[in-house]
Amino acid sequence: MEDRIEKRIEIAAPVARVWRALTDSRQFGEWFLVKMDGPFVAGEAVGGQLTFPGYEHVRMEIVVKTIRPTSYFSYTWHPYAVDPKKDYSQETPTLVEFRLEEARSGTLLVVTESGFDKLPKERYADAFRMNTRGWEQQLQQIGAYVTRAS
Amino acid sequence: MSPGRRSGLAAKAKVFAALGDETRLLLLAKLGKGQCCSISELTEGTRLTRQAVTKHLRVLERVRVVHAKRAGRENLFVLDPEPMEEVAAYLETVSKQWDGALARLKAFAESDER
Repeated sequence: MEDRIEKRIEIAAPVARVWRALTDSRQFGEWFLVKMDGPFVAGEAVGGQLTFPGYEHVRMEIVVKTIRPTSYFSYTWHPYAVDPKKDYSQETPTLVEFRLEEARSGTLLVVTESGFDKLPKERYADAFRMNTRGWEQQLQQIGAYVTRAS
Repeated sequence: MSPGRRSGLAAKAKVFAALGDETRLLLLAKLGKGQCCSISELTEGTRLTRQAVTKHLRVLERVRVVHAKRAGRENLFVLDPEPMEEVAAYLETVSKQWDGALARLKAFAESDER
């Protein structure tokens, strides 16, 4: 089963600049759309309040794993943990890794998020409902509706 | 529109075509209650023959809305929750979020440092 996401992006800025945008928690918040409570410190947990439109009521918690200037930064977290009523703390978190490399254009950034296979199955269903492909869900609702009507 | 998305739509169109039938909707409604049903159970209370029910189930099976499980000498039919599809959909959702975040990161890092 596929259990990881990998993204590669070239950024026309020096590695040092991208490194700061990633590991300075205030700068991180500018693009990740979150206001972190404090700095990123290896081995330490830090929380933040999302500023993503529509999700301002959601908090996110990460545990910073490794900070290896200026090439590697990693943390663990609970992905898509957007239901404030739900306790995600018992789930195995996923690992997010940023790898930076000098490139002709400036910086090559490779992001991986792994460990999705450890997520409880209902999480898939949650995201599934939010996803446009949630039509199977609608199908079951049609089924339920037809049953009630008959 | 990407080719992947287009083929997704084509697949959906096939599903909806398969659903465009009163009998098949009725069968789905029975299956939608969550348990497995045998052909006899699905035929019960209808004016359909076993052969007709089987034919309709095959149509639903082809678009993977329903699948058959062998239980002893008979086939049991269940509404297919497509768990692998769900995993793929989940990763797609998270993947899209990363696309958005990284586009913002790129714009941020390429702008003047504040």
